[in-house]
Amino acid sequence: MPLVNWFKRKFVVIAGLLTLAYLLLPNIVVTVFSFNEPKGRFNYEWQQFSADAWKDPCGVSGLCGSLSLSLQIAFWATLGATALGTMIAFALVRYRFRARGAVSSLIFLPMAMPEVVMAASLLTLFLNMGAQLGFWTILIAHIMFCLSFVVTAVKARVMSMDPRLEQAAQDLYAGPLQTFWRVTLPIAAPGIAAGALLAFALSFDDFIITNFNAGSTVTFPMFVWGSAQRGTPVQINVIGTAMFLVAVLIVLTSMVVNNRRNKQKA
Amino acid sequence: MATLTEAPPPLVPTAPETGPPRRRGRWTPYWLLLPGMLWLLVFFALPMIYQASTSVQTGSLEEGYKVTWHFATYWDALSDYWPQFLRSVLYAAAATILCLVLGYPLAYLIAFRAGRWRNLIMVLVIAPFFTSFLIRTLAWKTILSDGGPVVGALNTLHVLDVTSWLGWTAGDRVLATPLAVVCGLTYNFLPFMILPLYTSLERIDGRLHEAAGDLYARPVTTFRKVTFPLSMPGVVSGTLLTFIPASGDYVNAELLGSTDTRMIGNVIQTQFLRVLDYPTAAALSFILMAAILFMVTFYIRRSGTEDLV
Repeated sequence: MPLVNWFKRKFVVIAGLLTLAYLLLPNIVVTVFSFNEPKGRFNYEWQQFSADAWKDPCGVSGLCGSLSLSLQIAFWATLGATALGTMIAFALVRYRFRARGAVSSLIFLPMAMPEVVMAASLLTLFLNMGAQLGFWTILIAHIMFCLSFVVTAVKARVMSMDPRLEQAAQDLYAGPLQTFWRVTLPIAAPGIAAGALLAFALSFDDFIITNFNAGSTVTFPMFVWGSAQRGTPVQINVIGTAMFLVAVLIVLTSMVVNNRRNKQKA
Repeated sequence: MATLTEAPPPLVPTAPETGPPRRRGRWTPYWLLLPGMLWLLVFFALPMIYQASTSVQTGSLEEGYKVTWHFATYWDALSDYWPQFLRSVLYAAAATILCLVLGYPLAYLIAFRAGRWRNLIMVLVIAPFFTSFLIRTLAWKTILSDGGPVVGALNTLHVLDVTSWLGWTAGDRVLATPLAVVCGLTYNFLPFMILPLYTSLERIDGRLHEAAGDLYARPVTTFRKVTFPLSMPGVVSGTLLTFIPASGDYVNAELLGSTDTRMIGNVIQTQFLRVLDYPTAAALSFILMAAILFMVTFYIRRSGTEDLV
């Protein structure tokens, strides 16, 4: 029974790799179908090889406009959520203040709420205020739901910081501002960066909250959603594949850079 | 939640929070908190109050709505849409269990068995995040398409006969059935299960496994008595991070399902954005929120990990 024994020993590895395959299968399909030349309006069945879509990724009207809008919103939402979230995280870790429990739950609740609930209630507010739905309402919503995630990411990092480093800086006659810029911020930077990255990804890919609060403005996920009803252009797959490749490339480069830096230190 | 992003413990023990008394900056924390808290109060908490008020209003779009404390909306909403509520809970629960069963081996693999492949696998788990999830969900339409290889294989193995008998699929089709929706939900929220599981598994001291082995525990026993209990924080936050978004989701039910697989998210979305029946939509959303909060509180109490934030 060597085969059974081998299977027993490798069970976790095999099961884990199968799950990984399940996770990656759609990405493979998206990539393969970016080279398809579909017959009808929908790109769900393989017809024949063609690289046309890759030569003209903006060839569908509205696609690249929605993409650039999504990037802009994600940029500003990241900036806003990271600034506000970092401040909250510092206050939570470094200071004692009243109503800490209330503050913590106000930060936790958005993460424990189905998106559709936040989306619907925010729309109720905007409708009641008579706000014009569009860029600004989307941005407001995105900052709102990204905020909590930034707080959690930054808080974890600040909590693990040794406060004695800052005390040492002050012993060496650094003023509070100098201590913050030269000691505190550089140490907290990885946490802030992680929070910002998370906020960017969340905002860029958000559909449900945007769907409710966008009015007639079309972000990239809204464009994809609309095309699922009207007909899916191959260009969507091109953009999806490109995003995947860029993400993998960025992460791998940063890992290589990190490794090299660690080696230099050692 | 915290387990998702928590950093490793500091090398040097940190001084207790009551350090030297801070004479200056008694108001600093409040200034730091003010903008963010205002944002959450105005755009998260206040809308909840508006929503609660909308749910007890009556009127019409043309004449406007007034608060009439019309609680019957709740009763009507529940009696009209209880199947969708039930379906949401069932689908979300099924997806959560599937995520746990599928995600655990992969998290375990990354934590203990991956060796130098660890970083690469980690990247492959996270990277799909950066392709719009709607595009990836649409890819499932291709994968599960009628007459495609997956459906063909399931048919040859007579799996579809069993699932059809259970009511999970319909005849030769997988698309537009509950199975497709649950499959999509599982796929979409799997990384939210894997990451917290991995974080808590990674913290387990490998020597505990050796000790269990030295004490004649078989691998299964080691897993049951040592590994799994120690990974409980990851299991709890992973299941929450999967169940909560899955229960309110309407994307998978819309793209991969049919009218028979509509979840409560679909109802809220249609009522709000197409039917424009705001009171009913607000009541439904309020019920969903209450149900989730109730379940989450109960679940966290039961599992004994209250320090999630």
